[in-house]
Amino acid sequence: MSGTPEPLGIAIVGASLAGLRGAEALRLNGYDGPLSIVGDEPYRPYDRPPLSKHVLAGELAAGATQLPNLVSLDARWHLGQAAIKLDREARIIALAGGTALSFDRLLIATGAQARPWPDPEAARLSGVHTLRGRDDAADLRAALVKNPGRVVIVGAGLIGCEAASCCRDLGLPVTLIDPNPTPLARSLGGAIGGVIAGCLRDAGVDFRPGTQVRALEGDGAVRRVALSNGAAIDADLVIVALGAVRATGWLAAAALMADAGGVTCDGACRVLTADGTAVPEIYAAGDVARWPIPLYDGRLVSIEHWGNAVEQARHAARNMLAAPDDQRPYDHLPAFWSSQFGINIKAVGLTEGADSLAVVQGSLAARRFLAVYGQAGRSIAAVSFDEARWLPAYAERVAARRPFPPIRDANDQPAITSLPPGFPPPRAARHHGVAMGGAHG
Amino acid sequence: MADDTLFSQVLDPANRADPYPLYARLRETPVARQSDGKVVVSTHAAIRSLVFDPRLSSEDLPPSRRPRTGNPLKDWFLNPLKDRVANAHRPLIFRDPPAHDALRGFVMAEFGVERVRALHGRVSSLVDALIENCRGRDEVCLVEDLSYPLPVAVICDLLGVPEADEPQFQAWATQLATALEPDARGDEATRRANVAAFDAIASYMRALIKAKRRHPTGDMLSGLAARGASGEARMGEVDLISTAILLLVAGHETTVNLITNGMLTLLRHPDELERLKSEPARAPRVIEELLRYEPPVHFRTRKALGDIDIGGTIIPKGTAIILLFAAANRDPARFADPDRFDPDRPDIQHFGFGGGLHYCVGAPLARIQAEIALLALCRRLHDPRLLADPPPYRPGASLRGPEMLGISITGIT
Repeated sequence: MSGTPEPLGIAIVGASLAGLRGAEALRLNGYDGPLSIVGDEPYRPYDRPPLSKHVLAGELAAGATQLPNLVSLDARWHLGQAAIKLDREARIIALAGGTALSFDRLLIATGAQARPWPDPEAARLSGVHTLRGRDDAADLRAALVKNPGRVVIVGAGLIGCEAASCCRDLGLPVTLIDPNPTPLARSLGGAIGGVIAGCLRDAGVDFRPGTQVRALEGDGAVRRVALSNGAAIDADLVIVALGAVRATGWLAAAALMADAGGVTCDGACRVLTADGTAVPEIYAAGDVARWPIPLYDGRLVSIEHWGNAVEQARHAARNMLAAPDDQRPYDHLPAFWSSQFGINIKAVGLTEGADSLAVVQGSLAARRFLAVYGQAGRSIAAVSFDEARWLPAYAERVAARRPFPPIRDANDQPAITSLPPGFPPPRAARHHGVAMGGAHG
Repeated sequence: MADDTLFSQVLDPANRADPYPLYARLRETPVARQSDGKVVVSTHAAIRSLVFDPRLSSEDLPPSRRPRTGNPLKDWFLNPLKDRVANAHRPLIFRDPPAHDALRGFVMAEFGVERVRALHGRVSSLVDALIENCRGRDEVCLVEDLSYPLPVAVICDLLGVPEADEPQFQAWATQLATALEPDARGDEATRRANVAAFDAIASYMRALIKAKRRHPTGDMLSGLAARGASGEARMGEVDLISTAILLLVAGHETTVNLITNGMLTLLRHPDELERLKSEPARAPRVIEELLRYEPPVHFRTRKALGDIDIGGTIIPKGTAIILLFAAANRDPARFADPDRFDPDRPDIQHFGFGGGLHYCVGAPLARIQAEIALLALCRRLHDPRLLADPPPYRPGASLRGPEMLGISITGIT
């Protein structure tokens, strides 16, 4: 049934990191009106980075990931009720339970969903997992401790590699399949991906580069993974790690510039209508927001990382409360981290478009290094393997668009030579503007 | 050049009691070049950027005029910052990655939370006994009575120096401490005494390490000495000795100042002393604010491996850089009302333990000692009052602290 509309105020759709930090920022900035927070999962906001690491490893229960509230929110929570439709003209959000939520201003923070296996029937086979939410992690952990036979992981991005690392730590036989020549090829390129390929080999992972998966086969439960080269691998458990699609389905009827790659915003985080006009009362932040990033000359990107969810939500909240002539543009230095095979990986910047790579400290052979990505003589990104302590110095240079390579005469510095970074050719646009695909942090 | 005069004034013992007005003037030029080519860096932002800059080196510092002894281990110690000696066997505070990392890794592996936590009881009983020694007196000489003996005893315990050898160890430590001061200007007699103390402690350590290898006793030195037995990386014997001496001297000198500066500051702020007495849970905040307000180490020297662009200035390759941590701790651009001692301030991101690569290894141990000592002093001394303010200071401008701190009391609990 459709109840009486809730009182007006600010609504936040999306109860994950961006939604929570956005809500807190509204309160910290003095907003004391009604605040509603909508989430499709039944849980209070929780932290995702541990799901593919500590939770899979059994060091942390999936339910122990709840994020702390930094501020008292005094919000109405609508949890377990996905937003299914936005009526932009009437300023009403329809929720799955039948509730109609009215708002004056709206923050869209619905994030992304794991990209499912394209064949829906095969995706429903038992033993086929994706890894995005708390329940996914709990289910996968429960399946792993039952000591399945071979685990096949489809996709060697950050999530696929982290899962492979955890499964090997648990002693499970693992096959990892990716169409590219190395793991992490899209996020970090083949030169750095090659280091992780070495880790996979040392850890006893059966890595199949340059290989496509044709089908997941089984009879109720998954049994086999059929490859494009005609081979098949017996499997009891399959982890589909193909990155994420932005949760914008509920915006389909709202005539916004929204698709599986995100909802497009102006520089101040206000969403754009299909004809490109900024909507003054609707903002977006976090994974779902696609915006022209100033640091990379206004390229449209959506950043799937933890730090962006926090910063962009705070920025959007600030602008939501500011006058129309006081809308500040949002700039950001993207950053993510990962831990796998005992290595702490941290990266800053956008690697997309890099034409060169230089190891500036340590060495690839030692798997302990700092490397910088260059594009047309400018430093555009940097990555560290167990060398995070120096990353801020390089981050500062990336943010300041300094020349490539940015720092000479550092300690523990090898002779600097420029290598090809080894990125695969751009794929047909499944969704465009996605940076460092498949990451979480 | 005005800046030059300012840092010379900082080094001048006449300004030891209150260098902070000089620091305020130095901060006006965040990167201040001296006439001898050195650069003094004094703002929070500039130091923060530099300690995380990979072009900063702790090795290969400019040569001094001091004579070499011919023994590289002795040279690093006796000419700690100024002599260009072989880098092999210098302890980790004078090393860069990757050698630094290996040495630090050994130490950190033996300096875990459990080991530090286990010292809690030992520190408490030492503090209680030292205060007990003052019973019946109407005056406490804090440095002599507590600040000095406590850290040496704790480090002996940590390393695993037998209790019977502690007085000897204490004597060596006191002697060697004078050599660690970066701006020390020892005379020939002092130098000879230092060399003798160094030789004595080095051969003592060599024998002790041999004994720990044969009969491990669960302490840090046993742990360090045992490494390598099962094929993993190990510390060479000379590195082991130099590390042990470093831990002794560095852990000692700094903690003395932290406790003494701490009590001095509390006696100057009697309200805070009373609050700490009635709310012992405030101690961690008080200690952090002390580390900001009156840090035990005021500056350290580094070298630029390349041209470093900072705050619109280029520090040329090869320049010696003085990181004036204590000035950054009072930077009004970072801390509101920086010259006020205020444990309740929301932001206490100080450089009291340095920062970046060489951040103090012993910080947790220093915090525990300062907390236990200051809480016990506040609780047990009746009506404590400073006998002289300012107190006389030791000569060092970097490892800065009172030479003695007389406190009148009416009794002890």
